Amino acid sequence: MKLVTAIIKPFKLDDVREGLSEIGVQGVTVTEVKGFGRQKGHTELYRGAEYVVDFLPKVKIEAAVATDMVDKAIEAISRAANTGKIGDGKIFVSSLEQTVRIRTGETGPDAL
Amino acid sequence: MDAITELSYALDTFYFLVAGALVMWMAAGFSMLEAGMVRAKNTAEILTKNISLFAVACIMYMLMGYSIMYPADMVNTWWPGFGDILGRGDNSVEDVLASGGDTYYSGLSDFFFQVVFVATAMSIVSGAVAERMKLWAFLIFAVVMTGFIYPMQGFWNWGGGLLTGDEYGIGYFDFAGSGTVHLCGAVAAFAGVLLLGARKGKYRTDGSINPIPGCNMPMATLGTFILWLGWFGFNGGSELKLSNIEEANAVALVFVNTNMAAAGGVIAAMLVARLLFGKTDLTMALNGALAGLVAITADPLSPAPLGATGIGALGGMLVVFSILALDKMKIDDPVGAISVHGTVGMWGVLAVVLSNEEATLGGQLTGIGVIFGWTFVASMVTWFIIKMIIGIRVSEEEEYAGVDLSECGLEAYPEFVGSQGSGK
Repeated sequence: MKLVTAIIKPFKLDDVREGLSEIGVQGVTVTEVKGFGRQKGHTELYRGAEYVVDFLPKVKIEAAVATDMVDKAIEAISRAANTGKIGDGKIFVSSLEQTVRIRTGETGPDAL
Repeated sequence: MDAITELSYALDTFYFLVAGALVMWMAAGFSMLEAGMVRAKNTAEILTKNISLFAVACIMYMLMGYSIMYPADMVNTWWPGFGDILGRGDNSVEDVLASGGDTYYSGLSDFFFQVVFVATAMSIVSGAVAERMKLWAFLIFAVVMTGFIYPMQGFWNWGGGLLTGDEYGIGYFDFAGSGTVHLCGAVAAFAGVLLLGARKGKYRTDGSINPIPGCNMPMATLGTFILWLGWFGFNGGSELKLSNIEEANAVALVFVNTNMAAAGGVIAAMLVARLLFGKTDLTMALNGALAGLVAITADPLSPAPLGATGIGALGGMLVVFSILALDKMKIDDPVGAISVHGTVGMWGVLAVVLSNEEATLGGQLTGIGVIFGWTFVASMVTWFIIKMIIGIRVSEEEEYAGVDLSECGLEAYPEFVGSQGSGK
């Protein structure tokens, strides 16, 4: 089992959710986050004075998937979230030691 | 004949009262504008200030302000005296009929119309000192401002005092108060801001400006529209009479000119902002509307509508440069009140000479000097005494947490943002 964590542009959330549903991912967790990467911040203007917004709003998606699903999930997210412009985000994959479905007590891949 | 006199008396009184109610509504406009231009953590406090200053203004003006500004028997043209403090009775039927139309509205309707003006002047102060002043220090100032400082210089203009009285004949002309109301409020604010200092973090150590964006632009826009509406009462009501063809035409011209000046102000401020910054700053457009309104207030009756548009437009241009200049001088005014009402107030007073032959440049300049000088010195002394006794500024920690919590103990938007998370 793997935990796929993707940081994406907020307006691409619906596309990514649809893409993941299509390949059979059963559930995701979404968090609104702020941060910076190579895009850095951007400047805004208020009453004639510029100021830098250091942290840009992004959306973090976390999906726990079976190991054989990882490549498809990465591809689905990449395809849906890609705009070709700086700031599209990143995907991190980490191994997942255990999963438990609280209602039934199922564990491992059965609980995904 | 008596029936016509009674009817026109009733009509003019009714007109006066409705105009006053429109001006009262400007308090809502100031509240929304200021609430939109401060950070979320200071919203409840600025709203508290706005509703309480309105109440203070009404009570103080009833107790002493009105009789200072419009004394029944003035001592001389610079000192009205306290002769008839706590008010006098209204006109009797016999007196009105005997006057043959010279007494054409109820005395209390005049009080009502004047009382909402003093509240407007005081509202100007609250925006400029927002986000860092102690609530009760502000309210103590409101007592002095609305009970004494404003009525004194109001007497000099509209009460028959030295700016307009026959004795000295300075010949100052200010129809609805670009100077008497707006400049006066702005100068009181200016004195307060000088003693108060800028908001923490507004100016960096290297001297550059760190903008502190307002929390709610829809609210600021609504506030500006409400003020624009209220201004029809402010200027339109200042004609004081409606009940014959000439006066009705005059009132219509005042309405049209007031509206056109605001429109001119918006467009001019937007264009200047677009040219200077490369972006069309909404807050400047809002300030531009108010600048246009302030500019035309000193004489909305003499110019033609095209001229009024121009006077408003120049006000709109001026306000942008004034806001930038004050920021350069590190005079921190979160809503731009000093620029809108002070800088443009002076322009409005001067603009009278363009279209009104009665007014002279010398008279207008003297008026500005007298209003500015008196209000600045009196306000400075008042602010200073308050500062010495109870202090005027909240602590740095309270300012960081927001004056909503330190002064009011509640938040404007508790469901949306935590008290520490809002703003910077």
